[in-house]
Amino acid sequence: MTHETKTDARIFELSIEGELTISRVAELKEIILPVIANNKDIEIDLSHVTEIDGAGVLLMISTKLEARQYEKMLRFVGHSGQITEAVDFCDLSTFFGDPIVISSQSA
Amino acid sequence: MNLDDALQTFVIEGRELLQNMEESLLGIERGETDDDAINAIFRAAHTIKGSAGLFGLDFVVEFTHIAESVLDKVRAKELAMDGDMVALMLSVCDHLGCLIEHVAKAEGMSEATSQMSRELGERLSVYLGGKREDKAKETKSKTSMTVDHDARLEVEGGGEVETDNWHISLRFGRDVMRNGMDPLAFIRYLATLGRIVNIVTLTDAVPPLSAIDPESCHLGFEIAFESDVDKATIEGVFEFVREDSLIRILPPRSKIFEYLELINDLKDENLRLGDILVSCGTLTETELANALRIQTGSGNALHPIGEVLVEQGMVEAPVVEAALEKQKQIKENKGSEINLIRVDSEKLDQLINLVGELIISGASISLIAQRAGMPDLGEAAATMSRMVEEVRDAALSLRMVQIGATFNRFQRVVRDVSRELGKDIRLEISGAETELDKTVVEKIGDPLTHLIRNSMDHGIEFADVRVARGKPAHGTLKLDAYHDSGSIVIEVSDDGGGLNKEKILAKAIKRGLVKPDQPITDKEIYNLIFEVGFSTVDEVSNLSGRGVGMDVVRRNIQVLRGTVEIESEPGKGVTMRIRLPLTLAIIDGFLVGVGGSAYVVPLDMVIECIELPPRSKEQGDNNYLNLRGEVLPYLRLRELFEIEGQVGRRENVVVVQYGGHKAGLVVDSLTGEFQTVIKPLGKVFGGACGLGGFTIMGSGEVALILDVPRLMQQVTSREVSVAGQ
Repeated sequence: MTHETKTDARIFELSIEGELTISRVAELKEIILPVIANNKDIEIDLSHVTEIDGAGVLLMISTKLEARQYEKMLRFVGHSGQITEAVDFCDLSTFFGDPIVISSQSA
Repeated sequence: MNLDDALQTFVIEGRELLQNMEESLLGIERGETDDDAINAIFRAAHTIKGSAGLFGLDFVVEFTHIAESVLDKVRAKELAMDGDMVALMLSVCDHLGCLIEHVAKAEGMSEATSQMSRELGERLSVYLGGKREDKAKETKSKTSMTVDHDARLEVEGGGEVETDNWHISLRFGRDVMRNGMDPLAFIRYLATLGRIVNIVTLTDAVPPLSAIDPESCHLGFEIAFESDVDKATIEGVFEFVREDSLIRILPPRSKIFEYLELINDLKDENLRLGDILVSCGTLTETELANALRIQTGSGNALHPIGEVLVEQGMVEAPVVEAALEKQKQIKENKGSEINLIRVDSEKLDQLINLVGELIISGASISLIAQRAGMPDLGEAAATMSRMVEEVRDAALSLRMVQIGATFNRFQRVVRDVSRELGKDIRLEISGAETELDKTVVEKIGDPLTHLIRNSMDHGIEFADVRVARGKPAHGTLKLDAYHDSGSIVIEVSDDGGGLNKEKILAKAIKRGLVKPDQPITDKEIYNLIFEVGFSTVDEVSNLSGRGVGMDVVRRNIQVLRGTVEIESEPGKGVTMRIRLPLTLAIIDGFLVGVGGSAYVVPLDMVIECIELPPRSKEQGDNNYLNLRGEVLPYLRLRELFEIEGQVGRRENVVVVQYGGHKAGLVVDSLTGEFQTVIKPLGKVFGGACGLGGFTIMGSGEVALILDVPRLMQQVTSREVSVAGQ
């Protein structure tokens, strides 16, 4: 249930742990929004996400769109198998951009 | 909507569907072949697969899918529903039940179950040969609903598109996720019906994070889908979200203008959608260009109004048709469900308790009205108590269910057991519409199963023996139910060899249950088989004969305040008769007084009331009186309950009947009918003989309810001991 945040050089790293599902999206929105507002280069680490559903995918999309709107760099990294599968299933790898495709293949 | 609740519903419905499936299969086996039965079986499998898919229960979907495919062929008359097929489908049915139990217990498949899935899967696959192609063609001709519009469409300038894929546009409703459903789960389930050739997630419609309520569903998908299922099946996938979501399904080779319509419908993403259709592979670039040309063309005001109307008419025809079709479908689906509401049985119990309290307070009002001597109040109270009575009956009838469903379950038991035993036994059912309390129905299943197995195993002889005895080769087992003076009677009878009196008696003497010189009636001998550890069969089969059971049967029935008795005729068969009280909560009672206390006799058991002839008072007559030439044993409640005080000038006899016996109960006064809410006696009074409970009267006083069957036993046992002397 925790989200460790740590700063490293200029990249802000946010790690999401546990479920990325309907039960948590409202809570996660509140955590992600200020991160996007306050940083320019953000990496969201999904390697500890155990489960994702439609709401989780939707949250990822809207997060990405939010970042694009303010021309911030935002990358999802360390996709767990579940997430790779969901992203591929919805054919969203192109939407999320290259870094994700590469990292998702390596995951 | 909580997903757990929904899953619960799935389990309950699944069980019901399997029950129907089993009944239809058994019906077919008995030779009642008709298409309805086969359709019902198919629908059951189909629905289970559909719902299981929604919950992501892949192991159920996978298995059911194979069964469904085979059934589909049966339905299309490509395969025959013969004996082997029925047997196979029955195993499928059992196995599905097993899978659903796994779901109910929220556990995965056990090794044995998955082994079974594989085995049955293989057996089913044999029927599925390599005829997929034919079927694909067949479905296609069925589903291309636009054929008859061809001529007009040529005028319109559109043609068929080239692709063979379905095109599905999905815009999920905002509340879909909040209602506990995962949009991805639907698509994943869709994927099990065919191949998702291409999917485009509509990211454009998604607001950025700061503007979104992440629990609202903003997801939309355009899917190119390759499958040979029909449109209804695809619609079925989205059944649960159909109401608040926008779902468009275009069959393969739809007309360009239908895509155009789709594009028009989803205007907010207008041009982009066209691109998406192309990227999905649904439309080619040329086709899109064509479509857009038509679109701009039809927007042209130069079109004569009549032509527009025609065009509109054309657009509407299939839409209206589809809508009607859909409505009809919903009606069919809901037809049987709409009249039924699932209610938690606890709520019913609560209602009945409240009605009980209402009766008691109603009685107290009547009493006060009487005392007050106000005719108006008395009248109002009488009206009210009549209403209360109706409410009571209605409330009690809510709990009543027909016993037929329970009886029908035994068709399967009889079929399986007779195969196992190598006997040909048929089950005849009558009185299936007899109603009784749901709790009773639930609890009577096990004892009945036991009695039935027992009859089949020990009662009915093998065919050669039967023929030698001059009986038909096939044995008959009868299940019957009927109402009889306030109780329900369930009879299990067979046409077998009957009970062996001598053997039972010898065994009972050996076991010390009966003394060798003890006088004993035939009926008592038969009832000995209900004693603990009693079995006259020398060899033990795996069904019965271990001497465990018949005593349990009797105990189970006694818990329900019922009795069981046996009638046997050597060479002709045995009838086992279970007698159960109709309801367990509220009865119509007959209030009588002895000394200062009040007693209630269940009204259904009361036949008549007479005055005790004065002669009986003076001369001892062994407690028998002459009722119009009939000998009637009677019991003085005053003596039975050791009530002190002076016997009144007149004594009355309440003649009661139970289980074919009549007896008289001598009381001081007769008060009359009284609605009785049965309250159980505490444990302290557990040993009190002849009392079934108590009730509270309007005055607040307590009246004891007489346990007539028990009293009757006392009277008849006295009769026997007198006869034996």
